[in-house]
Amino acid sequence: MTTTEKPGAELPLQQLDHVVIRFAGDSGDGMQITGNQFTHTSALVGNDLATLPDFPAEIRAPAGTRPGVSGFQLQFSSRDVHTPGDAPDVLVAMNPAALAVNIKDLKKGGIVVANTGNFKDSDLRKAQLEKNPLTDGSLEGFRVIEVDINSRVAEALSESPLSTKDKQRCKNFYTLGLMYWVYSRPLEPTMEWLATKFKNKPELVDANQKALQAGFNAGDIHELFQGHYEVPKATDLPTGTYRNIMGNQALAMGLVAGAKLANLQPVLGSYPITPASTILESLAAYKHYGVVTIQAEDEIAAICAAIGASYAGALGMTSTSGPGMALKGEAMGLAVSTELPLVIVDIQRAGPSTGMPTKVEQSDLLQSIFGRNGDTPMPVIAVSSPTDAFALAIEACRIAVQYMTPVILLSDNFVANGAEPWRLPSMDDLKPFPASFVSKPEGHQTYKRDARGSRPWVKPGTAGMEFRIGGLEKDTDGNISIDPDNHRSMTDQRHQKVQNVADSIPTPEVFGPQEGDLLILGWGSTGGIITQGVQTAQAQGHNVSRIHLTHVWPLPNGLDEIFGRFKAILIPEMNMGQMTRVMRSEMPHHNFISYPKVTGQPFLTTEIVDKIESLLSK
Amino acid sequence: MTSATLTKKDFQSDQEVRWCPGCGDYAILAAMQKYFAEKGARPEKTVFVSGIGCSSRFPYYMNTYGFHTIHGRAPAFATGIKATNPELDVWIVTGDGDGLSIGGNHLAHILRRNVDVKILMFNNEIYGLTKGQYSPTSPIGTRKKSSPMGSVDRPFNPVAFAIGCSGTFVARTVDNDAKHMAKTFAAADAHKGTAFIEILQNCVIFNKDFYSDTVAKPVRADQTIDLVPGEKMIYGKDKDKGLRVNGWDIEPCSAEEAGTWNPSTDASAPALLVSNMDRNPGLPTPLGVLRSIDEPVYETSVLQQIDEAVAKKGEGELEDLVWSGETWKVD
Repeated sequence: MTTTEKPGAELPLQQLDHVVIRFAGDSGDGMQITGNQFTHTSALVGNDLATLPDFPAEIRAPAGTRPGVSGFQLQFSSRDVHTPGDAPDVLVAMNPAALAVNIKDLKKGGIVVANTGNFKDSDLRKAQLEKNPLTDGSLEGFRVIEVDINSRVAEALSESPLSTKDKQRCKNFYTLGLMYWVYSRPLEPTMEWLATKFKNKPELVDANQKALQAGFNAGDIHELFQGHYEVPKATDLPTGTYRNIMGNQALAMGLVAGAKLANLQPVLGSYPITPASTILESLAAYKHYGVVTIQAEDEIAAICAAIGASYAGALGMTSTSGPGMALKGEAMGLAVSTELPLVIVDIQRAGPSTGMPTKVEQSDLLQSIFGRNGDTPMPVIAVSSPTDAFALAIEACRIAVQYMTPVILLSDNFVANGAEPWRLPSMDDLKPFPASFVSKPEGHQTYKRDARGSRPWVKPGTAGMEFRIGGLEKDTDGNISIDPDNHRSMTDQRHQKVQNVADSIPTPEVFGPQEGDLLILGWGSTGGIITQGVQTAQAQGHNVSRIHLTHVWPLPNGLDEIFGRFKAILIPEMNMGQMTRVMRSEMPHHNFISYPKVTGQPFLTTEIVDKIESLLSK
Repeated sequence: MTSATLTKKDFQSDQEVRWCPGCGDYAILAAMQKYFAEKGARPEKTVFVSGIGCSSRFPYYMNTYGFHTIHGRAPAFATGIKATNPELDVWIVTGDGDGLSIGGNHLAHILRRNVDVKILMFNNEIYGLTKGQYSPTSPIGTRKKSSPMGSVDRPFNPVAFAIGCSGTFVARTVDNDAKHMAKTFAAADAHKGTAFIEILQNCVIFNKDFYSDTVAKPVRADQTIDLVPGEKMIYGKDKDKGLRVNGWDIEPCSAEEAGTWNPSTDASAPALLVSNMDRNPGLPTPLGVLRSIDEPVYETSVLQQIDEAVAKKGEGELEDLVWSGETWKVD
């Protein structure tokens, strides 16, 4: 089937440590598929990697325009990497709009692969370009590889029965084949993927596979590149079995695993919303694990159905994004008041209001910790990377069940759609935390607390234990009460219970010197970039340390003592300084410096390094 | 618990009932407790779910499982409960404000999904717990504190709403007729799927005797008709008035000429016609069973899919979940 035995044997092969590549084209050009296939293949050859899909909210914005540009960036490496990379080494631009939008990010001296088939005058006009950037000298300093992919695909598929239009839709696989040649990747994984994907449409399998092969062959035949490259497999990764995984996929698996470890049936109530919908979709495919998914009529119904499920003895879950979180607030209060376990997943996106649905932000932190009527405390934990999503989904289930409380699991668009290799956990690493139900009336009270401050769980259907609960304030027996002392006491108990969660989590580790001038504090998806940034700064001789918060509410024990060892604590976050506010209110005696970024894009490693340099040079 | 016969008293909780003296809710509660004893219900298998409002305090007074939730959302909670444990006998108690204003969306969707729950909507055409504002079922021109010149909003007819939402069982009864309530509860209970019952209910404080022209005892026989599936559409003190369908209308006729009531026609048109017929002052207000059809039950289908998936793929194990997809080894 393939001719990969001697890829480009005539041309020099050069070894690289890592490469950052960005595919950019129309949102209808299949750039996400192209990126995902490149990722998949790179994972299988043993590279470490991280990805950053970046696409518009519109499904098909007008073709050829700048708002319609969809991009996918990945870094693949022979070493351990934590970010999708700052500046791409290679930009694949399927049209002028994709070139215009992305060229500013390309590394100096980087490679542009431009599909000249789409650089006609009309294409330039759609991209609002007066001159052709391929000829006007504006790409000076870059290596420009011009390929008329449109024509090449048409030639390669001259014998295919597909229409001209459908043949052109194979362009992305031609492009992928070409890049596979440049970076010496095998074709087989994508060949197989195509065969499965279009198993009922053999003509599509054939055309796309031919396009892929033609692109690969073109690297040799046409000598477009002076040579090609190899990024050897990563050797510093921990040993084990790996698979490639995206954030929301890992999170969904973690929810199923968490419910299994709690010995409970998972019931998800959810309403589709970008970028959380894939959690609902993933869980809907796990029916053989006993997962019930309810696609509710709205965000409120979704969480209410989940709470109903928990009331009935299942583990209720709901998944959403910021606008949905706002709608769920009242129901979260009921779950706090009735003290039922519940996992609320918020895949954050840029706000306010509808904001930028496909862009990243961490701006739901304060909403998660505080955004409800009344004194309504809830634990909040935040995912740092695609693989971390699996572990933290389990952690959210653990806290929910052990403390009989709703828990918010924060992720974001960067993690949700990003991918990385996942070292599969052994089953022994997954510790069960089985839920227990009370069925004996003797000594039972609805809100009698155990050592954790948690109340007993009674499943409806249990004879002799009939009880009524609701959102009205109640006493320990569960009876409605408006007694002032009782309300103060119950408010304290609910608060204390959530604070007690801190006793079940470790104090986060400080990486780098244990004391000094500067500590970088990260939470959520800034974790990888901060790691890379701090490692770079340390390698440059800077005395800087980092710490990462997984549990953002309640805060882990021991932070006060750690912060006391540093002169300043820098908090980079993709919002206007929400974690900084939390820290300043909880521990006002430390010197917290806010470093906000609200562009809808993740931090770059260089931004972290530059900030460290500027702070330490003062 | 043994299956000893339970009495009405066994379904009374230890909570003090706190509705206004004379409220129609007392009669509904008593009728329900009596019905539960008569049907041989098990308290532990029963869950009453409610939203917010006077009616929604109902679960506290039933000695069963109860969940007093948030305003308008009881159908969504009930859906989660039934999808988790279909064995539970779930009853939703709501009002005209809770069910048709703030919770209209959820009511519409539970009716469309056909979850196997019974819904009691206490309709007093007024907001009681917030002290007397007009509700989505108040007639145009209702003068209350929030509508000093009379309300201008067109009202919902709850049974027409439920039929329009593809409800599979829709009925209407009234709080001043314990026998009719019991009969309606039983018919709803026998239905597999969402059974919606509108109960016309007197709010003695804010909307006293709003139904005096229709279902009040002195006029009821002549102003209402009890629709019984398979029986002639006859009403009146002397059972001498009849109704029949003529083209797109319901028209009065003699008892002999009366049509036979069928709430189970394929199309919901006859049920809708009948539900709105009292807009014509010459026709009675319909009580009884307006719609009754068999459709697949939501949670049954949900669990069936899980069974099918397990039969096809085998019961999922934690290890298979994690160790899936294409893997590679790093040595």
